[in-house]
Amino acid sequence: MADPDATDTGGETLLRLRTDEVHDEPAVTLDAFLDGQTNATAVRLEAGDDARALLPRLGQLALVEISFPTFRDGRGYSSARILREAGFAGELRAAGDVLVDQLPHMRRCGFDSFAPQAPIDPDVLRASLSRYDHHYQRAADAAVPIWKLRHG
Amino acid sequence: MYKYDEYDQSMVDARVEEFRDQVQRRLAGQMTEDQFKPLRLMNGLYLQLHAYMLRVAVPYGTLDSRQMRMLAHVARKYDRGYGHFTTRQNIQFNWIKLADTPDILAELATVEMHAIQTSGNCIRNISSDQFAGAAADEVTDPRPWAELLRQWSTFHPEFTYLPRKFKIAVIAAPEDRAAMRLHDIGIELTERDGRLGAKIFVGGGMGRTPMISHEIRDFIGADDLLSYLEACLRVYNRYGRRDNIYKARIKILLHEIGADEYRRQVEEEFVAVKALGLDPPAAELERITAMFAPPPLTAEPVELDRSDPDFAVWLDQNVRPHKQPGHAIVTISLKLIGGIPGDASADQIDVMADLAERYSADELRVTHAQNIVLPHVAQADLPAIWQALTETGLAEANLDLISDIIACPGLDYCALANARSIPVAQKIATRFADLGRQRELGELKLKISGCINACGHHHAGHIGILGVDRKGTENFQLLLGGSGAEDVSLGKITGPGFSEDGVVDAIERVTDKYLEVRESGERFLDTYRRVGMEPFKEAIYG
Repeated sequence: MADPDATDTGGETLLRLRTDEVHDEPAVTLDAFLDGQTNATAVRLEAGDDARALLPRLGQLALVEISFPTFRDGRGYSSARILREAGFAGELRAAGDVLVDQLPHMRRCGFDSFAPQAPIDPDVLRASLSRYDHHYQRAADAAVPIWKLRHG
Repeated sequence: MYKYDEYDQSMVDARVEEFRDQVQRRLAGQMTEDQFKPLRLMNGLYLQLHAYMLRVAVPYGTLDSRQMRMLAHVARKYDRGYGHFTTRQNIQFNWIKLADTPDILAELATVEMHAIQTSGNCIRNISSDQFAGAAADEVTDPRPWAELLRQWSTFHPEFTYLPRKFKIAVIAAPEDRAAMRLHDIGIELTERDGRLGAKIFVGGGMGRTPMISHEIRDFIGADDLLSYLEACLRVYNRYGRRDNIYKARIKILLHEIGADEYRRQVEEEFVAVKALGLDPPAAELERITAMFAPPPLTAEPVELDRSDPDFAVWLDQNVRPHKQPGHAIVTISLKLIGGIPGDASADQIDVMADLAERYSADELRVTHAQNIVLPHVAQADLPAIWQALTETGLAEANLDLISDIIACPGLDYCALANARSIPVAQKIATRFADLGRQRELGELKLKISGCINACGHHHAGHIGILGVDRKGTENFQLLLGGSGAEDVSLGKITGPGFSEDGVVDAIERVTDKYLEVRESGERFLDTYRRVGMEPFKEAIYG
């Protein structure tokens, strides 16, 4: 597992599990993407937005940012999986009330960058991301599920 | 019984270390209580009125003597010498110190136990039939399927911040002993064309808006089950309400969009999810099933000496036939007259562990009615078991009678409660203490909740009691006609509520009326369904 790269982007910390360059085009809203700014390469989804609305033009997107208004709102986990299951290979960023103990689950759902509104202790993050050697279920990451390890 | 392999063990061990780290960060002030709360809840740790409460998972209610002794040890070392068995087939310890919890979890992990997802807005402990593997009416043992679901739901990355808690029950018999239809998802295993599969019910639940689940799929094969459940949960995670905690359960989603629309969305999602290869191969269910192979039960049937009337009555009330001739299923009542329903002392827990090891193929079960089962007992051993139970005060012969009460912890412990459940339970049991009178009343399931959240299943009681707060005083509403069994129904409120003593009197008037109007062979519930509320209302309020 790659160690997260912390990038300082003007006051807000961005943690990335990707090695490519940070995409610098600002993200547009889903409505804007669907209605006017059809050439946009970055979209921001609110928690209640339907990620499937992006699928017809997923190929043109380099970045999808998914908002977590509160850490209790788990809709973004499903949005992330839907995008990855549809083959989205660009940057998938969790932004907002993103806490260190949630990052492992987010990563399994396909997020590969994080813009937490409060700073995250890098040591705690490293421990958190490497805590579990295995996982029971198949998800959107590359982890081989335990049943597969058992039966080949 | 299921035995952990290296993978299962590494999961619970890692969880202990993760929680140890989280507790340390909390105690060091690196996390707010608000941030810590969902983390501790997902380890079964609640902050109650007087202390922390730790809820330990007993997956599908099955445990062995070594695990049972560990519960006694936790009760002695970290609590006040008691444990409380719950309606979700788990056990709660009510007097826990936060700083001790990592050590408790570490001790539990040594016997393949944990407190994972016994709380929080995630998929909770999978519950099942307490007679699984022993009942004659099952099409298969449901527990291997429940274990498959336990693994699938453990640390599920997508479904850990659901709108609200999520409860799944699995049964495999026409007689529903697990209140399956009152779960967020109820699974009934069934056979079709020689193949086992699952009938899926969604949207049941109790709480302040009780609902009976809808059949969403009449058959899904084992090889598609997890994909189908992913689809069910994903639709809920995306569209379940998050604006109001009281409207966040999946039953409200089904109520608002309708079962047909929910089914349509799930089927659509299922098509997408099915292609992802989320389902383990058949070999995985076979691997698990092999561990639930029936124990060798070779005892011959015996004619028991029924000359001791106390023993005879216990045999008739608490012992059920086993599918293997010569054997029996024993239910140990944790409903002692005047006691706290579901409570057992550490010593009693040890005695039950000893009995299981010696007489019941080393197996115990926790029931959703807060009793303990010895599932595989030779008939010839019943006198010795009864003797041992009598000596430890656990031979109450009241299974399914009016004093076999389900009650939540209520205002004596719980921060949410409006009223005390335990004293009401104690008063009712004491009023009806005479066993002859209880047996005359026959099967009568009485369930008490100390608030509208319905942890005591009052909606599903033949007689239900709901404690509410009325202008600062405890008030008890009475409900009649509920059932959590295969004849599932929701109770109806009789009318204005009562004081603590008043509700006990009202119940007596209800049972008197039942005795007066019942027809031959009718249980209380049958009579209620035949004559309706009116005669009882008249008896209560005059």
